[in-house]
Amino acid sequence: MSTLSHAVGDSLTMLRRNLKHARRYPSMTLSVVVAPVLMLLLVTYAFGGALGTGIAGTPHAKGDGEYVDYLAPGIILMAATSGAVSVAVSVCVDMTEGIVNRFRTMAVSRAAFLTGHVAGGVIQTMASIALVTCVAVLMGFRPGATPTEWLAAAGLLTLLTLALAWPAAAVGLVTRTPESASNLPLPVQFLPFLGSAVVPPESMPAGLRWFAEYQPFTPVIETLRGLLTGTPIGTSGPLAVAWCLALTLAGYLWARTAFARGTRR
Amino acid sequence: MTAIQATGLRKSYGEKTVLDGIDLHIPEGTVFALLGANGAGKTTTVQILSTLLPADAGALRVAGHDVAHDPDGVRAAIGVTGQFAAVDNLLTAEENLLLMADLHRLPRREGRRRATGLLHRFELAEAAGKPAGAFSGGMRRKLDLAMTLMGDPRVLFLDEPTTGLDPRSRRTVWDIVRGLVADDGVTVLLTTQYLEEADRLADRIAVLDHGRIVAEGTAGELKGRMPGGHIRLRFGDPGQLACAAALFDGIGSPDTEALTLRIPGDGTVPTLRAVLDALEGASVEAQTLTLHTPDLDDVFLALTGRSGPQAAGVR
Repeated sequence: MSTLSHAVGDSLTMLRRNLKHARRYPSMTLSVVVAPVLMLLLVTYAFGGALGTGIAGTPHAKGDGEYVDYLAPGIILMAATSGAVSVAVSVCVDMTEGIVNRFRTMAVSRAAFLTGHVAGGVIQTMASIALVTCVAVLMGFRPGATPTEWLAAAGLLTLLTLALAWPAAAVGLVTRTPESASNLPLPVQFLPFLGSAVVPPESMPAGLRWFAEYQPFTPVIETLRGLLTGTPIGTSGPLAVAWCLALTLAGYLWARTAFARGTRR
Repeated sequence: MTAIQATGLRKSYGEKTVLDGIDLHIPEGTVFALLGANGAGKTTTVQILSTLLPADAGALRVAGHDVAHDPDGVRAAIGVTGQFAAVDNLLTAEENLLLMADLHRLPRREGRRRATGLLHRFELAEAAGKPAGAFSGGMRRKLDLAMTLMGDPRVLFLDEPTTGLDPRSRRTVWDIVRGLVADDGVTVLLTTQYLEEADRLADRIAVLDHGRIVAEGTAGELKGRMPGGHIRLRFGDPGQLACAAALFDGIGSPDTEALTLRIPGDGTVPTLRAVLDALEGASVEAQTLTLHTPDLDDVFLALTGRSGPQAAGVR
C-alpha cells in the first residue's frame, strides 16, 4: 500500500515539475498550438474553396455545409499528435542532461519519472486542443454537440493523447539527442492527412484509400467528427477506443523496457 | 561499522573488461579516494555501487544493504554527485532543491529549512531565484552537490566532484566534504584524477589502473613505499663536485653537467647533519642543498608506469 502511495506521490512531484517547465517555457506548448492553427488557416482559406466543393453533396457535408465543419475535428486531432512530440523531446532532454541518473539513484518510484512526463504531456496537449478548438470556432466551426457528446469527445481525445504520449516517451528514451527525438515522430504527424482528416478517403486512389480506411487515426477522426458535427459514427467508435488502448499498452511496455534497460550515458 | 564493502567486483562490456576484481572496505565516517586516469574504471565503480549499473560479479554492500537485492535500501541511504551536473536547467536553484525535498518526502517546512541552509552553505543564496541553466559550471556543480545533500545521505559518492572547478569553488567543496565527515559522520567515496585532492581529503587512497587496484593505503603509506626521497647538492665547479663524489662514492650519483650530486636519504636532521659534517671534514663546499620528498605523483608513476593521471588523461 505504501509502495502505491509513494508511486502516486512521486508521480505527482514529477508532474508538478513538468507543468512548471511548460508554464515557464511556453514555447513548446505554443508550438503544439501553432502548427495545427496554421494548418487550419491554410487549409480552410487557401484550399477550403476547392476542397469544400468536393465534399459538398456527400454524406460528409453536415452542419451548414461549411468545409471548416469537416476539417476542424481532423485538425484538433493534429494538436494531439504534435503534443506527443513535446513529450518525446522533454523525456530526451532529461536523459541527455543526466538528471535522470539522479532520480535513478534516489529511492523514487521507478514509474514516476515516465508517468510524470506522460501526465504532464496529456495536460499540456489537452490545453492546446482546447485552444485549437476555440480558434476553429472563431473561424466558423459550429459543432452541434450536446454536453454528453462534448464529454465523450474530450474523453476520446484524452485517450488518444495518452495513446500517443506513451510511445513518444519511449522514443524520448531511445533517441540520443532532443533533435532526433523531435524528428522521429514526424511521420506520425502526417498520418492524419493520409486518413480522413482533411478529405474523405473515398476521394483517394485505391492503395492509399485502403491505407486511409484501416489506419488508426481514421476511426478516431470519424468518431470525433460524429460526436461534434453529427456525421454517422458506425463502428468507428469501438474501433477508435480499441486502437487507443492497444497503442497505450504497447507504448507503455516499450517505454518501461527502455527505461529499465538502464543508464547509457 | 563498514559503510561500503565490495568483494570481487567485476564488470565488462562485451570483450572489454572494465573492472577486474575490485575489493573495497570503507569504514563508516571516513573518506576513501579512488585515484586513477581516465578509463581506469572509477566512474563504473561508482555507478555500480550507487545502483545505476548492475555488476557482473561480486558481493556488494552499501550502508548495510545488499546492492543487488535491496537497491532501494541503498538508494535511501546514499547521495550521488556524478561527473556531469545533474540539475534541472529549467528550474531555479531553490526549486531544484525543493524538488529533491519532495522526492525525499520531507515535510514542506523541513524542506524549505534545508534548502535555505544549503543555499547559504554553498554561497548560492543570491542566485537562488535564477534558473540553473544560466549558472556557471562551478555554480552548477555546487548546486548539484547541494541537491545531493538534501536527502541527508549517510554514504556519499562523489565522482570527480571538483573537475572543472575554479580553485575557490574547489576549496569550498573540500571544506564541505570535510565538514560532512567530521560533523555528521558521513562516509565518502571520492574519485579523482587530482593527486592533491586525494592527498588533502582522503583517509585512504586506492590507485586504480586498468580495472585493478594496484595499491591501497593512507597517503603517507603510499608515499613511504617510494624510495624516491633524496638530498641534492649543487657545487660551484667540477673540482668540488669530483671531491664530493669521491666522498660519497657508491652512494651518491653525480651529474657533471648540472654540477649536482644526488644522495638518497629521507631528509631527517641527523641524515642532513651527517652529510654536511662529511663535506666540512673534507673541506668541500656545496652552494645549495635541496630536499626532495616523494609525492603522490611519484607513487602514481611507479605504480602505473605512467606520469600523474592529469598528464595521462585527456580529461
